[in-house]
Amino acid sequence: MQIPPALRYTKTHEWIFPDEHEAMVGITAHAQEELRDVVYVELPPLGKQVNQGEPVAVVESVKAAFDIYAPVSGTIVKTNAAVTQSPQVVNKDCYGEGWLFAIQPSRPSEVNTLMTADAYTKLITSEQPS
Amino acid sequence: MTMNKTALHGFHRALNAKMTDFHGWEMPLYYTSILEEHQAVRTGAGMFDISHMGQVRVSGPGALETLNELAVSDVSNVGAGRACYTMFLNEQGGILDDVIIYRLDRQDCLVIVNCARRAGDVEWMQTHRRGAVEVRDISAGRSIVAVQGPRSGSLLEEILGVRVSGLGRFDVVAVPALGTQAWAARTGYTGSDGFELFLPDLDAQRVWTQALERGRSQDVVPAGLGARDTLRLEAGLRLYGTDMDTTTTPYDADLGWTVAINKPSFIGKEALLRQSAQGLSRRLVGFELADGPVPRHGFALLVDGRQVGRVTSGTFSPVLNKSIGMGYVEPSLARPSTTLQLIVRGKTYPVAVVKLPFWKGTSGAPAAVAQGKG
Repeated sequence: MQIPPALRYTKTHEWIFPDEHEAMVGITAHAQEELRDVVYVELPPLGKQVNQGEPVAVVESVKAAFDIYAPVSGTIVKTNAAVTQSPQVVNKDCYGEGWLFAIQPSRPSEVNTLMTADAYTKLITSEQPS
Repeated sequence: MTMNKTALHGFHRALNAKMTDFHGWEMPLYYTSILEEHQAVRTGAGMFDISHMGQVRVSGPGALETLNELAVSDVSNVGAGRACYTMFLNEQGGILDDVIIYRLDRQDCLVIVNCARRAGDVEWMQTHRRGAVEVRDISAGRSIVAVQGPRSGSLLEEILGVRVSGLGRFDVVAVPALGTQAWAARTGYTGSDGFELFLPDLDAQRVWTQALERGRSQDVVPAGLGARDTLRLEAGLRLYGTDMDTTTTPYDADLGWTVAINKPSFIGKEALLRQSAQGLSRRLVGFELADGPVPRHGFALLVDGRQVGRVTSGTFSPVLNKSIGMGYVEPSLARPSTTLQLIVRGKTYPVAVVKLPFWKGTSGAPAAVAQGKG
């Protein structure tokens, strides 16, 4: 499973690209595989102020809706219209075309509280049922 | 609590299926993707293990009389070799279960019941026996395999060597080639053409393996309960326990066509007559969203800020490419094109009431349920 080393990760399976102006956020390959059939994505409005760990978006599969939490605090500065138009992009390319939104971080140090690719790999390996 | 497992459980695990707990049964939710399996059934063929459902044999001189007292439909109009979709009610007119009765012979019927209702239905049928009749739960050691989709007929004939081309919708026939005490019926829960096979476990394992091994090049895929749910919703078919239960009558659920109200008697008849006289207080409708999230069980339906009903089922329709749902509303709001508001996570989305089914099929063949009247 792909876990790009340049990204940071949350326990709730979001990834963030560390950047002080536009930190892009999406869901990990593990989350994408668990959700499987993404059919609807709801993104936050531009300019919205968000706090680390707060639900800011929703990704719905056929079976259920899942909250997406802000990996860091800041302002929503970009959202990806492609995923609201074609939600399955999230399944096809979760680290690329399937990104969800971008945050301008208000507390840049917060990103250091997130997991590295190595730590995240350990997390999902320990979560595997069998 | 240990989970119930079907005879095909090992095959599902071997295919790496995502498993789910369905009323105490560990069943495949999907193998690769709900959406892919859904499309495969609409365009090719899907194989479903639905062995969690109960198989109850009702036979003996009083078989027909017994079932005619239990079911809302006129079972005496169902000829030998035919089947009908119907329901059992309590004395208050509430739906105890929706079932398909397969009339194997004059006084010999196979009743397929929902898994969560299996014990209750068997007891109900035992209690209401009329004359010399035996009610036997024959589910143990037996399976049900549903083969659904436009290619299901050729799959059965060419790959499994089962002659089914002569079967019309809701016909049932004994198939010795599938095992002893094995039947094939042209029924299903998807809205597409298809067949259901009622057969011993060992034969089910053989059929499952052969169909998937030899059919893989012909768009035959295993399909799980996830696709079964999206398919039945597209076809406008109700799910017992979700869209109807003992608090709803067949009229509430807009399934009045199943009711033979002129039959001399059946359990729940007086209650239905009273309801007919009084009028309905709510009715099940289908609705769709032009654009928006997926309606889920329990979500509120409003008109001008006032709650008028609740969603019972919802999903994303892969064929229509939009969200669809069913729910109960005040009868005055049940007309197609009526606009309601759906509340999802505190936001309001307009939905339009539409006539069921959402998806009417491609071959011009009437939908499965409408055929069940015969």
